[in-house]
Amino acid sequence: MAFRAPHEIHTRRFGRNAGLGIALVVMIALTFALTVVKVTRGDPMRAFDHQVRPELLPKDAVEEPEGS
Amino acid sequence: MTDASAYDAPSAGAVAPPKEAGFGDFVQLLKPRVMSLVVFTALVGLFVAPVSLHPVEAFAAILFIALGAGASGALNMWWDADIDAVMNRTKTRPIPAGKVQPGEALGIGLALSGLSVIMLALAANIAAAGLLAFTIFFYAVIYSMGLKRTTPQNIVIGGAAGAFPPMIGWVAATGSIGYEAVLMFALIFMWTPPHFWALALFMKEDYHAAGVPMLTVTHGRKATRAHILGYTLALLPVPVLAALSPIGGPLTMAVVIALNLWFVIGAVRIWRRDEVMAVADGYRVEKTFFAFSILYLFLHFGAFLTEALLGPYGFGGW
Repeated sequence: MAFRAPHEIHTRRFGRNAGLGIALVVMIALTFALTVVKVTRGDPMRAFDHQVRPELLPKDAVEEPEGS
Repeated sequence: MTDASAYDAPSAGAVAPPKEAGFGDFVQLLKPRVMSLVVFTALVGLFVAPVSLHPVEAFAAILFIALGAGASGALNMWWDADIDAVMNRTKTRPIPAGKVQPGEALGIGLALSGLSVIMLALAANIAAAGLLAFTIFFYAVIYSMGLKRTTPQNIVIGGAAGAFPPMIGWVAATGSIGYEAVLMFALIFMWTPPHFWALALFMKEDYHAAGVPMLTVTHGRKATRAHILGYTLALLPVPVLAALSPIGGPLTMAVVIALNLWFVIGAVRIWRRDEVMAVADGYRVEKTFFAFSILYLFLHFGAFLTEALLGPYGFGGW
């Protein structure tokens, strides 16, 4: 039994789904690439979490202990 | 019966089947031609900044600025669907053409707005993301919902929305607003009124039919011609200052002199004409001025970019 030729609606939906798929893949790839760049460069990966953590402060904002 | 065969065999007296949007229709919703200008000016703003980003971060920043601009375009099309259906220039847009439902445009606009702002904050910095969020709000709410249908100064103030991208690019790179970024903003902001008023001169019937209070509708064409000349003259100092700033140089100054001389001559020619002359030659001068104004902006930003690219080789800048 021969397959029927795809209807115009199915062709159109395929184009829409393929476009969306490509957009999602690009988004995932870009997010991954951004993560690699930022982690490799050593950007801070933790932020304030209701508790002061001196290691997160910029170096010039941390006072040197007296006598050191 | 499949969904396809349902469309194939409409019953007698049935309404026309709904048109189903393709991917291209959703892309059209983002105003790709406007996005190309946004991409270019944001790219220049990012490249001429004194701080350089990693190529991946720069690419992501430009992409999300463009996506934010596209989102505001979708929101604009959602809000303006009624007047877009009336105007010849816009009646083939996806919503008035029946390809995309207004709710879909609203959903896409809101989703892409949120996505682009959050991703720009992650890719670049929060200041750039905040500026992008404000730009989307400015275009969709202040311009589209507020100014466009209420004041003939709509595009004068609304022009700010199109002027922000190079500033966002600059802030994405540096984290703060420099005066060079303000000059790039001012260049687009002051360029917008003569650009759109030239369009309105030969598209007047469109705006009239839609009830949009363009200057041509509220104050007449003679006043619009005078305004084009006035704003063109007021624009002049901005590119000169930009050419003298660190983002300019001798090449930019030469480009600025040539382009602005040409622009002023065009504005004077428009000012000296009346409707009889314009109708007689099919608005040739106005159409030429409008087309040239697009080139004007691209070449100015192209000159800034060239200065930045030549800089490492000892040629660009002062």
